[in-house]
Amino acid sequence: MEATPRFGIRQVAAFLFSILLLATFSAQAQDWVRTGTNLGAQKIRLAAADFKMAGNDPALSNAQQSFNQVLYSDLTNAGIFDMVSKSLAPPVMPGSPQEINLSQWSSAPANAAMVAFGAINVQNGRTIVYGWLFDTKNTQSPQVLGQQYNEAAGPNTARHIAHEFADAIISRLGGGINGIAETTIFYSSDRSGAKEIWQMDYDGANQHQITHLGQIALSPRISPDGSRLAFNELSSKGSTIRLYSMNLNRMVNFPIHDGTDFSPAWAPDGNNLAFSSSRSGDPEIWTTSASGFNLRRVTAYRGPDVSPVWNPKTGTQLAWISGRTGLPQVYIMDSDGTGVQRMTDGGYATSPSWSPNGQFLAFAWSRHYGPGAPGGQDIYVMDIASHRWIQLTHDLGRTDFPSWSPDGRHIVFEVAHHGRSEVWTMLADGSEQHALTKVGNSRMPNWSWK
Amino acid sequence: MKHKKNSALAAAALTAFLIVTGCHHKKAAAPEPPAPPAETTPAPTANITATPDTINPGQSAVLNWTTTDTTDVSIEGIGAVPSSGTKTVSPAETTTYHLTARGDGGSTDASATVTVGQAQQPNTSGQLTEAEFEQNVKPVFFDYDSYSIRPDAQQAITADAAFLQSHPSAKILIAGYCDDRGSAEYNLALGQNRANSAKTALTQAGVNASRIRSISYGKEKQFCTEENESCWQQNRRAQFSLDQ
Repeated sequence: MEATPRFGIRQVAAFLFSILLLATFSAQAQDWVRTGTNLGAQKIRLAAADFKMAGNDPALSNAQQSFNQVLYSDLTNAGIFDMVSKSLAPPVMPGSPQEINLSQWSSAPANAAMVAFGAINVQNGRTIVYGWLFDTKNTQSPQVLGQQYNEAAGPNTARHIAHEFADAIISRLGGGINGIAETTIFYSSDRSGAKEIWQMDYDGANQHQITHLGQIALSPRISPDGSRLAFNELSSKGSTIRLYSMNLNRMVNFPIHDGTDFSPAWAPDGNNLAFSSSRSGDPEIWTTSASGFNLRRVTAYRGPDVSPVWNPKTGTQLAWISGRTGLPQVYIMDSDGTGVQRMTDGGYATSPSWSPNGQFLAFAWSRHYGPGAPGGQDIYVMDIASHRWIQLTHDLGRTDFPSWSPDGRHIVFEVAHHGRSEVWTMLADGSEQHALTKVGNSRMPNWSWK
Repeated sequence: MKHKKNSALAAAALTAFLIVTGCHHKKAAAPEPPAPPAETTPAPTANITATPDTINPGQSAVLNWTTTDTTDVSIEGIGAVPSSGTKTVSPAETTTYHLTARGDGGSTDASATVTVGQAQQPNTSGQLTEAEFEQNVKPVFFDYDSYSIRPDAQQAITADAAFLQSHPSAKILIAGYCDDRGSAEYNLALGQNRANSAKTALTQAGVNASRIRSISYGKEKQFCTEENESCWQQNRRAQFSLDQ
């Protein structure tokens, strides 16, 4: 008697087909994010040679090491290069075009399409760098970039010049979008004993305290031109929006206050802010000019309306969080309050951030929310036009407060895990996740506009 | 009748006098015999007290009077009264009770004043300490993601309002708090709504709104840090304190 097979050919085929479909769907889901965030193009295989020391100043060795390490990191962090690892690179330090042998770089094991190289010197209190970017396959006219830097030699100069050169390469090879090597991140940290606003380089270096108020400082938002830092101060006087001048290094006056204002957000024109206030009884979204004129209420619906953010491309729309239907959801509207559109379909969604190209919202979402519900709060990216979304973090802890980098390729965010909060960074497709802060509790990061 | 009474009294007095004087055998040299009792009626005496002599509005005092040799006694505002007696009075304001006593020997008067004090002064906030405030004005607690006043919260509000009404010049700061789950900014709004709810409930219970200020700390200040429902409930609150 023939045994009846449990799974016929048809069932197996159907199963395999659905697997394929799922894989394809997932791959496509990743693709639309990569395309929209300029991470999608074929990654260029780039080699960064160690720069040669062109002198014998005792400070030069440190400067050279710092430069090489920072240049390599910046190019790796950019997200658009397939970097040749140092172990696969030929063990040479060409200091000038005359010294470079392109075939060493174009052939295995390096297989580089592009190579950055040059020389660094410290002389008479100046740090001088010559840097080139060569196309390894174009032996006739390989030069893509030739840069020269000459700056007063200080403890951070080599690092700074490396940032500048990396940005030049990234811009040149990355379709004209500016690199982020000189951008900074503002965040709230309790490291000094009280919650204050801190600032660090985009890669976590140079962490330093900005405010010294001794109260609770939250929600830092730097202005588009980098001159003014808005943030929220909590004290027994209430919740106020404060302004710090980055140029004058002191607090300056923000003329709007009633004790219930928080979550400020700059419009891309640098003249207007949106914020949440309960001055009319219920937390609503308001807008004002930075000097306090044209104070206007934009929302008028029962339920908390908080965390506004402007469309940075147009300056004519706001995304924000509203609890008007119960648990908080992401909405968008025109900045005069019309055209309200709900974006999320349930769960608990907060902290929207609008991508620089105007196409995406990043936000924190707990899709199954409530006591004992499975899953946690993760960072999601949603395409505004289609409402399709992708989950970027998994099992990291409770994440919140995503903030886009100005190149649209990176997202910085907060992770709470085992009672501690850290600021992490990642590429906007969810890869390359790592922590930037290690000390104290760091939260609510905000990426500078340039 | 009165005459008879007076004669009897006189006779009694005379007898008493004689007995008394008779008891004291003074060895006087040929004392002159006492003069015969004069034919005079003793003057009336009167005495009136009020106990206590100072009261608050709504309280009462007891008038207590005694008179001698009186035929009629009256107290102004009350009328004719027995020659001795007590009466409870409850004047609304400071009153002097003037007693007039008349007798065969004349008349006399007496008075007692009942002082009615100001309405009891409550302690000003300068005397009310922060500790006393927090002992007596209890926080109210909220459900998950909610800013509605639950029945147990309403009970606390009622008790808190009673205490606050007895200290009418104390100013109140209400701060709203959240548990540490959920987003920092959304929780600032939730905390504000909790403080506002508590303020509304207090004003509905009679506390003047102008005495109350409401702020939010969101999830930025925690009362406990355990990751369990009991601690989370502790953090979901509106807390009252003495405002400056």
